Amino acid sequence: MGEDRLSRVFAALADPTRRDIVARLAAGDKSVGDLAAPYDVSLQAVSKHIRVLEDAGLVTRGRDAQRRPCHLEAEVFDLMTGWIERYRRQAEERFRRLDAVLAELDAETDEDDNRGAA
Amino acid sequence: MTTNDTRIEVDPNLPTLRIIRDFDAPPDRVFRAWTDPDLVRRWLGPRETEMRIEQWDGRTGGGYRYAAWRDGEELARFFGSFHEVRPNERLVQTFTWEGAPDGVSLDTMVFEDLGDGRTRVTSTSVVESIEIRDMIVSSGMDKGVIEGYEKLDELLKAG
Repeated sequence: MGEDRLSRVFAALADPTRRDIVARLAAGDKSVGDLAAPYDVSLQAVSKHIRVLEDAGLVTRGRDAQRRPCHLEAEVFDLMTGWIERYRRQAEERFRRLDAVLAELDAETDEDDNRGAA
Repeated sequence: MTTNDTRIEVDPNLPTLRIIRDFDAPPDRVFRAWTDPDLVRRWLGPRETEMRIEQWDGRTGGGYRYAAWRDGEELARFFGSFHEVRPNERLVQTFTWEGAPDGVSLDTMVFEDLGDGRTRVTSTSVVESIEIRDMIVSSGMDKGVIEGYEKLDELLKAG
């Protein structure tokens, strides 16, 4: 994924309404009307949000001329899960080094204990 | 040594990032490893980088500044303040990467005594926006910074 695309994804998901739309689309395809129903905003405003999600490649629209249902591009979310996993592994590497430091401290503290300093 | 898993919690509606990890050592020792600069430099910072601590005053109201080096090259610089250093229990500090000087993360580390000589550390970071939080999670200073420099090099060459 190019950097421009990535920035668009971040910008698209920075908005709470758009995140909510994405969460609801995760359950299945929906028309703009379905998506707009729970919000206290115009259909037009919701369409605008969906366009931002489309531009970011998060959502595609079906060909059905009447409904043009919105569809969530699931692989984008696999990507986000991947990011979190990579971040987690980086933290884990750091903490393994900390484990080693703590194991060494253990040995040092045993010496302190012998001196009665604990 | 037992394997302790690192858990990451990313709230979809808040600009927070939570990292939870258990350690096979009592709170006083884990806390020391988090606040004594001679110990901190041995584990913090990305893999294969050397952490050069320039300033470290690990007391409430104190502060720190350090640089990450690899292969004789400075990769990144960081600084922050120690808002509260409550021995063996709680550490609250700010964190800024100089590459994004307007950005600041408020990090709270809670050291929970699990008994049995073990400690759970829950680290909660709060940043300015969900967008920035996602960028932190997705980039990882490690790779992102280097790749950024490489791109800049290419740009400068092309120009």
